[in-house]
Amino acid sequence: MRAPRLLRALSSLRVRLVVAFALVAAVATVTTGALTFREARTGVLQQSQDTVIEDFRERVNTLVPNYRFPPARPDLEAFAADIARGGRSDNWRVLAVYRELSATSVPADSFRELSPAMREAVHSGSATVFQRVTRDARSSLVVGMPVTFAGQHAADRGPSGLEVYLTVPQTEEQGYVDALVTAIERATVPALALAVLLALLAARGVLRPVRALRRATRSIAEGRLDTRLKVHGSDELADLSHTFNETAAALEESVAELRRMEAGARRFAADVSHELRTPLAAMSAVTDVLDEDAAGLDDDTAMAVRLISEETTKLADLVNDLMEISRFDAGAAALHLDDIDLAESLRRTLASRGWLHTVHTSLPEPGVLRGRVDPRRLDVVVANLVANALKHGGLPVHLRLYEQEDAEGGRQAVIEVADSGDGIEDGVMPHVFDRFYKSDTARTRSEGSGLGLAITAENVRLHGGTVRAANRPQGGAVFTVVLPLEHDDAAQRTARPGKGDRS
Amino acid sequence: MPRVLIIEDDRAVREGLRLALRRQGHEVAAAATGEDGLEQLRSFRPDAVILDLMLPGMPGLEVCRRIRAHDQVPIIMATARGDDTDVVVGLEAGADDYVVKPVRARVLDARIRAVLRRASGPPAEYGAPPTEHHGDLAIDRAGLTVTHQGRPVALGPSELRLLLALSASPGQVFSRQQLLEAVWEHNYHGDARLVDACVKRLRSKIGEASGNPRYIHTVRGFGYRFGAR
Repeated sequence: MRAPRLLRALSSLRVRLVVAFALVAAVATVTTGALTFREARTGVLQQSQDTVIEDFRERVNTLVPNYRFPPARPDLEAFAADIARGGRSDNWRVLAVYRELSATSVPADSFRELSPAMREAVHSGSATVFQRVTRDARSSLVVGMPVTFAGQHAADRGPSGLEVYLTVPQTEEQGYVDALVTAIERATVPALALAVLLALLAARGVLRPVRALRRATRSIAEGRLDTRLKVHGSDELADLSHTFNETAAALEESVAELRRMEAGARRFAADVSHELRTPLAAMSAVTDVLDEDAAGLDDDTAMAVRLISEETTKLADLVNDLMEISRFDAGAAALHLDDIDLAESLRRTLASRGWLHTVHTSLPEPGVLRGRVDPRRLDVVVANLVANALKHGGLPVHLRLYEQEDAEGGRQAVIEVADSGDGIEDGVMPHVFDRFYKSDTARTRSEGSGLGLAITAENVRLHGGTVRAANRPQGGAVFTVVLPLEHDDAAQRTARPGKGDRS
Repeated sequence: MPRVLIIEDDRAVREGLRLALRRQGHEVAAAATGEDGLEQLRSFRPDAVILDLMLPGMPGLEVCRRIRAHDQVPIIMATARGDDTDVVVGLEAGADDYVVKPVRARVLDARIRAVLRRASGPPAEYGAPPTEHHGDLAIDRAGLTVTHQGRPVALGPSELRLLLALSASPGQVFSRQQLLEAVWEHNYHGDARLVDACVKRLRSKIGEASGNPRYIHTVRGFGYRFGAR
């Protein structure tokens, strides 16, 4: 789990900016430092080296004439000590060699810094040779020169066989160089800190609009389409914010347009139902007259009269259902809660429709399952589900009621209406609660209005409950309604137009 | 033959109802406006009024109030589905029942007969004391009169029937559904707001303080109980 989190942290813009700035700063300081160091070091060493060699040569030239040639051992010793004494610093160590004789300025000095190769170079050449030697973490300059005879003519000049070597520790120079390295190191830390600070500032400058953009996008996704960004400046991010605002405005407008169209369509349905109601009221009033008199008419007329009567009744039911759905859409459906015995309510629903002996029931004893519901809406829910089961499912139809607890420990009533028919086809299942949904494409008219289950779902939703349809493993469909039994009286719901959250 | 007055502005509905109710054995008069209806109320002396709430000119609710101002004739409102507030206001104005249009003649006839039964009173209860006293309230079950502090109280048919039903068993709790069945002859799933509106009217007529009723007590979660304190 840690690796992906680290990866995600690294992929954040802020971290990437900081890392990049720090890297650039580090590379810049280290490169500058390294170049400066090299130049400075070369300069310092070169200068001290030149001085040393110059001094040494001068010393040798000055002192050589004071001694006998060829020298004896004491002469060599004196000579070496003499040269060493004249050094600018106190720690010149000198080795003077003549053939097999050698003498050092410091008694018993092994002169280990002197390499055989250098010795050979001095011995065979006539030029001054120098070498920087680091031994035991101390660097020193070793200079060697053969002493030649001075003469007017080239033939007179030649190696005298006397060689002089000098070793000077370069601790002071090393000190300079070390100080330089320390200075560069010290400069790197504030440079890095400054880089990180700048990176953070830059990140903030970029991230603030990005974060605002993210918040705004989320807000839009949550449905607040009037979300807009404040545009600062005129950089690319400002352009982006501008584009975002334009997109949001376009989106808001399209959605508003869609809502207007939907509201218009719904209002149209409501208006149509409303207008149909008055003529239907007149027709419904006289259907009973038609029914009574049909018996006394000739067959054709009687049939026509009965047809008109029956269809008028269906039309009235359809218009009533449409009006009811329109009320849900308009948010005008109110819940009138009452404390009732749910089993009694269900029994009465069946009894008033003559279903008590058709439907198998499994209900709690009277008085056991009481709850706050809208009794009339519960009646509609149960009647529609049972009617649906009797019409589209197969007998026997079972109605079951029991209580359960929801996740928060609240009381819920569960109402199950199961039939023994063929069940619901998979393709139909998601649409069973749709308005006017017909399972066959021929759109043959069924007995009901086609709104029964949609009204059921709306009524359940108004109670804050859920309704779902499923197929039973043993065959047949089962509709399950879950209703909360306790309601906050203050929060008596009304239907909200728009999103349906039935499941 | 019961006399029914229909106040309905739409000609087709008015004629349809008149025809159908006549066939159901009523003597029917019809008015197209509230003003005409109030006029006919005096001349025709109906036993029941069918009142459309959506009337041009004087609104149905106003007609209802004016009738109740001096008359306890049973009133059945004819409403459109969706006019929920109108139903409550109408019931509180004194209507006894309501039907939702479109309505079949047989259903309306059943409601009319139920409301007429409420108005005509129960079979005489022999042996029962002629007048019961509950605090300041005197109920004469035989004469169907109620007096409060000696003054007669003018109760509509539903109010009277509700008071009789509740006071017949003082202390017993009646659920709204029980009262709907006993008083209005509706089924169990009738509109409980009929009961609530009627209780409200009844309480105000017998001088109950709204927050502290003396006679009709609300039993939260169950219904109503009669008991004089």
